[in-house]
Amino acid sequence: MIAGTELNLLELAAGVVLACAVLALWRRDLRALVAVLALQGVALAALAAVLSVHDGDAGLGAVAGVVLAAKGMVVPGLLARVVRRDPGSRESAPLLNVPASLVGAAALVVIAYLSAGRLVSAFPGPTTRLAPLGLATVLVGLFVLVTRRKAVSQIVGLILVDNGVALVAFLLTAGVPLLVELGASLDVLLVVVVLQVLATTMRDRFGHVDLDQLRELHD
Amino acid sequence: MLCYAILAVPAAAGVLAGVLRWRLLLAWLAVGANAAALGLGIALAVQTDQHRTVHALDGAIRADALSAFMVVVIGVISLLASVQAVRYLEAEVIAGRCEARHASLFIVLGQLFVTCMLAAVLAANLGGVWVAVEATTIATTFLVGHRRTDRALEASWKYVLICSVGIALAFLGTVFVYFAALQVPGHPTGASVLDWTSLMAASHHLNPAVMRLAMALLVLGYGTKVGLAPMHSWLPDAHSQAPAPVSALMSGVLLTVAFYALLRFKAIADGALGPSYVRVLLVIVGLASLLVAASLLLSQRDYKRMLAYHSIEHMGLIALGAAAGTTVAIAAVLLHILGHGLAKAVLFLASGEILLVEGTSEIDKVAALVARRPLLGGIFGFGLVALLGLPPFSLFVSELNMIRGEITVGLGWAAGLSLAAMAVIFAAVMAHGRHLLLGGTDTSRNPVRTPRLVTVPLLGGLAACAAIGVSAWPLQSLLYSAAHVVTR
Repeated sequence: MIAGTELNLLELAAGVVLACAVLALWRRDLRALVAVLALQGVALAALAAVLSVHDGDAGLGAVAGVVLAAKGMVVPGLLARVVRRDPGSRESAPLLNVPASLVGAAALVVIAYLSAGRLVSAFPGPTTRLAPLGLATVLVGLFVLVTRRKAVSQIVGLILVDNGVALVAFLLTAGVPLLVELGASLDVLLVVVVLQVLATTMRDRFGHVDLDQLRELHD
Repeated sequence: MLCYAILAVPAAAGVLAGVLRWRLLLAWLAVGANAAALGLGIALAVQTDQHRTVHALDGAIRADALSAFMVVVIGVISLLASVQAVRYLEAEVIAGRCEARHASLFIVLGQLFVTCMLAAVLAANLGGVWVAVEATTIATTFLVGHRRTDRALEASWKYVLICSVGIALAFLGTVFVYFAALQVPGHPTGASVLDWTSLMAASHHLNPAVMRLAMALLVLGYGTKVGLAPMHSWLPDAHSQAPAPVSALMSGVLLTVAFYALLRFKAIADGALGPSYVRVLLVIVGLASLLVAASLLLSQRDYKRMLAYHSIEHMGLIALGAAAGTTVAIAAVLLHILGHGLAKAVLFLASGEILLVEGTSEIDKVAALVARRPLLGGIFGFGLVALLGLPPFSLFVSELNMIRGEITVGLGWAAGLSLAAMAVIFAAVMAHGRHLLLGGTDTSRNPVRTPRLVTVPLLGGLAACAAIGVSAWPLQSLLYSAAHVVTR
């Protein structure tokens, strides 16, 4: 059973992951969004590292390294490249304004705790108890995806969902099998590369990456 | 050995296209590789008959009758699609719309795509299935945008974003299944926790509360890749903007490969929760898909989008059939997967040829196709007949059996609703099809012949779809062995 300083560190890291998701909802400056995402990636890697030290699991340590490299550095780096071509860019007109979004986020955290209640009460434990934070991060990520219109903000939403899923995976199972976890991290990396290439191509072609103005395909 | 070859042969054709300089021979090489994969798949189906399984790669690869059946489906559709890819690439390179480098890339990504689908159905580990399904999204993104038009770019953006979100939710569902399995005393630990065999053995002991959460996420997540409502919105764009061979592969098999993952998880969840929970989920998404398809098909003006919405309808029907879950119903679902794959591939490939020679994808502007191109128009017409579920094509038999299965488990009301939606769709598609093929009065121009490279494979596909509808002989035992895998 995990306790003491290690548990405090776990709680801190899991809290930072959710806090970053809420911050991403609050900040409209796209550069700030990228920084928030990098912080979230580092917190996730730290959480995996603490778990690997506690379990004495070298494989999980390797996963922590991959998470740090992929989610803490490479992914934010790629996004920063998209943002840099577009200096001073902001999420100009989210479908829902910031105060309303923050209220929405609070509601989503409550929903996450309610939906995971059965799970937490069936398997009480220090790490299971933190799992709703991951679910809340997933929900906030989905919320960003449906309310934001900039290409970069949408990629941020996807990464938030993915980091939330990774947080739940680490807390509940101390990482699913190594191979799957590595596959998942690399897949996300590739998806972001693909999205970055698409966003750059769209920018070069349309002169903007505002998805509101991409409305040729509809019924 | 067989399993290695099934994965290696299509992949090798892709690697060759990557390293050699572009020439049309490379596209033919892919055709040969996919034909070989089909042949090997049939051999695998023979080996896995009578509930036998084949293992390889330290148990990472496991093939039972269900996997073998899916390999055969992937083999057939990819063979059809790669023949049409020869035609597509030749035309694009000659017209100067496509550089040699991009033509090679098309073959590389296309073969990677086929290999990922084969890996998904051969993986022993459900986590491995997830990785392979996710990889198909990455492989297909640039294939969807291969024509590099504004619309194709927008479609691929939507496709990769929505499907990645869906697949992330499916991963969360898989994590919950893993968590539930860890709580079962005596369950193997380490890499084999998510192995299909160990999960099936433990399925009665999995925690119901966790499995409910897991299945809701899995149906939503994999349902996104299947194209089930409410997560279907990427599908009409991606399938209509992609080049015809890619649309055929995506609509004909990729959707059902994702559904294959759901069938496996359903069997596990049924052990933990009883059949009713997953049944309710599948009935909801199935009926919602039929409703979406019926309401949006009425006003379609684009024949490729029409076909895409038709895929949503058929995925809804398959979801309802799986909801019934009896052995007969699952065998019918599998037959429907094959029949829909064949008919839809033929139609998308024919629509690619129509787009190539007519230069438009609007139904109104094509009008009276049969008068100008009798054979191509005839193929499209018979494809529509097959897709609408009329005899002698196999979709008639499979739809009938799925409805029978639904009635036996007390889902008669859902079957009734699905028949109503199918009637609306029938009327809408008949009206669009009549206009496309016979409408207008333009009979002035002389009939033009369509090249044999196009017509022979498509006629073959239609003939196969009709043959398995008339006589289930070579398939009957395979279908039932495969259905037994997920119905115990």
